[in-house]
Amino acid sequence: MKLLSLRSVLEKPMVIEEISLSEMQVELGEPLVQMRGIVKIFPGVVANDNVDFDLYAGEVHALLGENGAGKTTLMNILFGLYSPDEGEIYVAGKKVEIRSPRDAIRYGIGMVHQHFKLIPTLTVAENIALSLANAPAINPSKHLVEEIERYSKRYGLEVDPSAYVWQLSVGERQRVEILKALMGGARALILDEPTTVLTPDERDELFKTLRRMADEGCGIVLITHKLEEALSVCDRITVMRNGRVVATVRPNEVVAADLAKMMVGRDVLLNYEKPPSEIGEVVLRVEGLRVLGDRGLVSVDGVSFDIRSGEVFGIAGVAGNGQSELVEAIVGLRKVESGRVEILGRDVTNQPTSRVLGLGVAYIPEHRIERGIAPDLSVVENLILKSYRNPPFSGRLAMNTDYVREWGKRLVEEYEVVTPSIDAPVKLLSGGNIQRVIIAREFSQEPKLIIASHPTYGLDVAATEYVRKKLLEQRRRGAAILLVSEDLEELLALSDRIAVMYRGRFVGVLEADEITLDRIRVMMAGEEEAS
Amino acid sequence: MFEDVAISLKIAVEAGTPILLASLGEIYAERSGVLNLGVEGMMMLGAVVGFATTLTTKNPILGVLLASLVAALLSLVHAFACVSLKANQVVSGLALTMLGVGISGVLGRQFVGSPLPVRVAEASIPGLSDIPLIGKALFSHDPFVYLSYALVVILWFVLYKTKLGIEIRAVGEDPSAADAAGVNVALVQYGCVALGGALAGLGGAYLSVVYTPAWIENMTAGRGWIAIALVIFAMWDPLRAVIGAYLFGGLEALQFRLQQALFFGYRIPVTLLGSLPYIATIAVLVFASSEAVRKRIGAPSALGKPYFREERVF
Repeated sequence: MKLLSLRSVLEKPMVIEEISLSEMQVELGEPLVQMRGIVKIFPGVVANDNVDFDLYAGEVHALLGENGAGKTTLMNILFGLYSPDEGEIYVAGKKVEIRSPRDAIRYGIGMVHQHFKLIPTLTVAENIALSLANAPAINPSKHLVEEIERYSKRYGLEVDPSAYVWQLSVGERQRVEILKALMGGARALILDEPTTVLTPDERDELFKTLRRMADEGCGIVLITHKLEEALSVCDRITVMRNGRVVATVRPNEVVAADLAKMMVGRDVLLNYEKPPSEIGEVVLRVEGLRVLGDRGLVSVDGVSFDIRSGEVFGIAGVAGNGQSELVEAIVGLRKVESGRVEILGRDVTNQPTSRVLGLGVAYIPEHRIERGIAPDLSVVENLILKSYRNPPFSGRLAMNTDYVREWGKRLVEEYEVVTPSIDAPVKLLSGGNIQRVIIAREFSQEPKLIIASHPTYGLDVAATEYVRKKLLEQRRRGAAILLVSEDLEELLALSDRIAVMYRGRFVGVLEADEITLDRIRVMMAGEEEAS
Repeated sequence: MFEDVAISLKIAVEAGTPILLASLGEIYAERSGVLNLGVEGMMMLGAVVGFATTLTTKNPILGVLLASLVAALLSLVHAFACVSLKANQVVSGLALTMLGVGISGVLGRQFVGSPLPVRVAEASIPGLSDIPLIGKALFSHDPFVYLSYALVVILWFVLYKTKLGIEIRAVGEDPSAADAAGVNVALVQYGCVALGGALAGLGGAYLSVVYTPAWIENMTAGRGWIAIALVIFAMWDPLRAVIGAYLFGGLEALQFRLQQALFFGYRIPVTLLGSLPYIATIAVLVFASSEAVRKRIGAPSALGKPYFREERVF
């Protein structure tokens, strides 16, 4: 209690007008939030350049743009996580200053982040108590249970208040986040890329909930880079590019190609050409693979498959069904409990990663920053991470610097990496360019097997297009490709065969002519088809 | 024999109390994500301030209070370095220990060998202290031991059953999530570090004012480090800290017993006995760490990591 009163003393200097969207009468169709002339500059980057944005009560408003276009920065400013360098924010028509998330919450603005801001070691109720300024000081979680259940019912957000967050699925965690915002009195709700982690069913459920909330007078901002989401569920779409607003349109005024052009600034390929390729020998053979996950439970449970050269084998499934563990086991980063992994006829089960990669395996890891690059090293150093110890990169005593630099420059050019120089630390690059560096490193070795784990996750339209084109190029060259992705359209566009993974097993493997979106969706929920 | 055991247990509790107090404080600091390796230094400073104050004012309560206050102020140096300046917590903590030990060494030189003119009287709890064995072991102590009992319960309750406790745990697990939930991360960390300092100071003063009560060189003799090890053994839970603290207190009590004992006609060297608590510390750390790995209980996730709000994530 002492600490709490101390807190209020410390915060006294901030004069906050008593405005809250949760109590204000804002009619449907009137602005809840207006942002005017927002400028935010990060070292070296203008993230927001004189941006205007309006959110009305009763609308679902898509904020569409590529990665690095400034969508999330703009919303982080509205939520008080960043302070703008210039510009004004109005809530219900009154000018306000939002200095912290707490201010934002007080004004009735809520945010569901892309990476959930939940504490796994706390229960659902404790997490909600944490975010509510008026939660009781003693035994808060017990007091909140009833209210949580009431909100759950009203909006169709079912969740067990006494469960620990680490026990929940991703979809459930998202529901907790939304509950948190709603119970905190949010009337303007920002969702940052909410669908990337959801199953198609969970996604539909989410959209229904959002519509219900909008009908009750909330305003929803949906940050996304998926065109079809913006077109199908939103009332208005604001497109951003390079920190500026390109246009605000209604979905019936435009088609997908228009939006893509606004986002990228040029025409974009939305369909990929995939000519039949020559299918050759078996490159990767996996037999009865059993692998444990981080918690010591079986994550991959008896999976078998072959991939031949010139073939893309896709693995679909919601994250957390054993895909990551499967990939890690194949490249030797995770122990295989039983079963076999063979590459080009050689047994590599539980062999060191260096040996697996040495057989001509390219690995595009799921966590590109943590596993794909050494962030503080330069672009050129990252480009030779796999080959630095071999000639001609390395001489008898020292690195062959001239050759390395020459080679690095050539790759940067060939793979169109946008970087100030080959000596810039790779962490300063955007996600798309980091992925280009990884692909340049991996593909320049003419690999026989490519293991690509979520290769376009979080990338913008242009970078996604590039990565997919490169993968198809390698397929044409005769590489065998294992493609793990949650993006069904990507799998459909690139794969020759698709396996659907659920709880560590393959629910089924579809041949090219059997693949349809609907069949995969059903299987992703774990239902085997009666065939 | 029975009486002997009861007295040994009583000594165990008293010897364990300074370690318990310091551990409780460090648990709070670490729960909020701030590792403070300065416990030894803060205990030392508390010990010398408590001793000097009691010696001059003849008021042990004032001595102990002032010791807590000064140690808390010292810990704020650590909080400022780690929370506000985002400095390396290990380095800052070690510096704090050196600072505290150094100051207390200089200030304490004049007191070496001098006993305190006042003693803190024992206050047996009527009724409870008549229970055989337990009564003697737990309920015939000075008031500060009872204070430590109360602190254990209160700190446990606050941590697990109140909003403030949820905030503290949240800050230690994921400060950016706590921030997004509207928690004042820096304030919580400052508060927890200061509480840690106050309790370490209290533990140190207990040593010099109540437990010993005289000034000897190297008063705390590594108890601050043991307290830090105990935090891991306790898995950051105030209730579990009790067990560990009294275990170490028991080792100290045992030391005195074993000094008289003969093993096959030989006396065990005093120096070897004196090293028992430190050997036990290593054993406890090995045990606790493997236990934690097995049960997959980890330290607070953000422990030791400074929190930057406007960090751009690449």
